[in-house]
Amino acid sequence: MNTQDLAAVRGIIQSNRRWDLFFAAAGLLALLVGVLAFVTLFGQMVMNGWERLNPEFFMSFPSRRAANAGILSAWVGSLLVMLVTAVSAVPLGVAAGVYLEEYAPKNLVTDIIEINVTNLAGVPSIVYGLLALGVFVYVFGFGQSILTAGLTLGLLILPVIIVATRESLRAIPVHVREGAYGCGATQWQVVRDHLVPYSTPGIMTGVIIGLSRAIGETAPIITIGALTFIAFLPPSPITDTAPFVNFDWLWSGFTVMPIQMFNWTSRPEEAFQQNAAAAGFILVFMTLMMNAIAIWLRYRLRKSISW
Amino acid sequence: MAKTEQDLPLKAETRDFNFHYGAFHALKNVNLPVVEKRVTALIGPSGCGKSTLLRSFNRMHDLYPGNRYDGAIVFHPDNTNIVDPKVDPIEVRMRIGMVFQKPNPFPKSIYENVAYGLRVRGERSQSAIDGRVESALRGASLWNEVKDRLDKPATALSGGQQQRLCIARCLATDPELLLFDEPTSALDPIATSNIEELITELRERVTILIVTHNMQQAARVSDYTAYMYIGELVEYGVTDDLFMRPKKKETEDYITGRFG
Ligand SMILES: Nc1ncnc2c1ncn2[C@@H]1O[C@H](COP(=O)(O)OP(=O)(O)OP(=O)(O)O)[C@@H](O)[C@H]1O
Ligand SMILES: [Mg+2]
Repeated sequence: MNTQDLAAVRGIIQSNRRWDLFFAAAGLLALLVGVLAFVTLFGQMVMNGWERLNPEFFMSFPSRRAANAGILSAWVGSLLVMLVTAVSAVPLGVAAGVYLEEYAPKNLVTDIIEINVTNLAGVPSIVYGLLALGVFVYVFGFGQSILTAGLTLGLLILPVIIVATRESLRAIPVHVREGAYGCGATQWQVVRDHLVPYSTPGIMTGVIIGLSRAIGETAPIITIGALTFIAFLPPSPITDTAPFVNFDWLWSGFTVMPIQMFNWTSRPEEAFQQNAAAAGFILVFMTLMMNAIAIWLRYRLRKSISW
Repeated sequence: MAKTEQDLPLKAETRDFNFHYGAFHALKNVNLPVVEKRVTALIGPSGCGKSTLLRSFNRMHDLYPGNRYDGAIVFHPDNTNIVDPKVDPIEVRMRIGMVFQKPNPFPKSIYENVAYGLRVRGERSQSAIDGRVESALRGASLWNEVKDRLDKPATALSGGQQQRLCIARCLATDPELLLFDEPTSALDPIATSNIEELITELRERVTILIVTHNMQQAARVSDYTAYMYIGELVEYGVTDDLFMRPKKKETEDYITGRFG
């Protein structure tokens, strides 16, 4: 190649590079739209609600006077509902995921079930609310309780856990699986001793992502008829007399963070808007924390499980 | 090595053995003897069916749908046809151990890796497991390197150590036959010669069937060699004979092509 050709090639490279620059700028701009929107919303919420973020806010029931109102019943309710959600959805989702991935025969029925599960994740949450109203509230007679809400949200995040379980199972290399079978293990022994333990990080991540979606859900909870003004706590799950646990709280009426927020935003007084902003900040903070835990867990556990 | 013995007892033999991956006929009328307490090597070009044959011995193909065995793999002394659908694949795998191409320790401790076969068999006694783990690790020439860190993750070992750990994992349950599928192809030369040495030692206590791409390796470690080509067993014989005086033209071409 002579010097003249080389100069020509350089010219072509130069003009090709322009597109790199152009896209880098366009991409950055696109990214900024999302980031700025979040930062603005979050920032405004923090500024509006800042004064209300004090211990009393956490330890007070809602009140007709904005300055006295707090989120005690809401965060306790959210916590208990999440507990029911996790306890119901995790075993069901993991079992269904393991069955679909490992046991189910590869045939048309399985394919149809798979398509169904995948689509479940896209069903609007209010539909789950309607379903729960019909099934849990009326047929099973669970009432407008923590149990009903927990099970409803459990159904809602079930597909997330099933998908997470299947994806983590699929990430286990074939040769590790075959090694376990090669030792003479039965399918159940392989599942119990290898597949489930090795996919725990992925499953946990899925569970937390599911829960962080569930904690912000409002529509299905309103549909089943959660109360919006609650000035009491459910009976304590732990008691001081034997057997030291108590399940009456499952049947208790409740409210949750997003409903409390919703309730406050619908009030005309400015002071209640402050409360809503403060509650919103806490809700976003809780969600971010859960996602942070998911990332940390994944990082920690992945380190101990390598192939 | 005395390699001209005749009429030695067989540990296993395939009789008109055929294998299909779905519609693909991967093994055709294979008749292979596996002499007891000897090393038999399977050689042949890539894709000729060595792994397919080896994996038939512990029914690995059962894990995937659509595969079919025809004919027999007879296992001695009880004359069980191990590919008979009526024979439980789990039982077959309990009698026949397998070491894979890529070291595949479980992401558990070194101790738990070796103990796993025993746990699967329902062994509860801690002292019995301790004893078997130690003797298996000694048998795989790994004990001295790992005895102080049995509770450390197996995946932190070097590739060669991992492969010896996988051998120990098989040895812990006293298999009657050990299958090796290119056990050194992922290892460096030093780790490779360690494994070869180990195979030569193990020959005293267990029958071995090994797939290898490396003909020098087959010549070094095996007593008998089978040459396969496109799903068929072309020639079988005492290793030295097969390499020095191949009877078939194809075998000679393959061997000289590589050695020459
Ligand atoms: N799961 C499978 N489904 C369909 N065909 C397969 C499958 N596994 C292997 N085969 C085919 O069967 C033939 C034998 O494959 P096999 O893996 O036994 O060869 P090999 O002799 O072990 O080769 P290599 O030396 O490359 O490991 C090949 O033609 C291969 O493409
Ligand atoms: Mg192979």
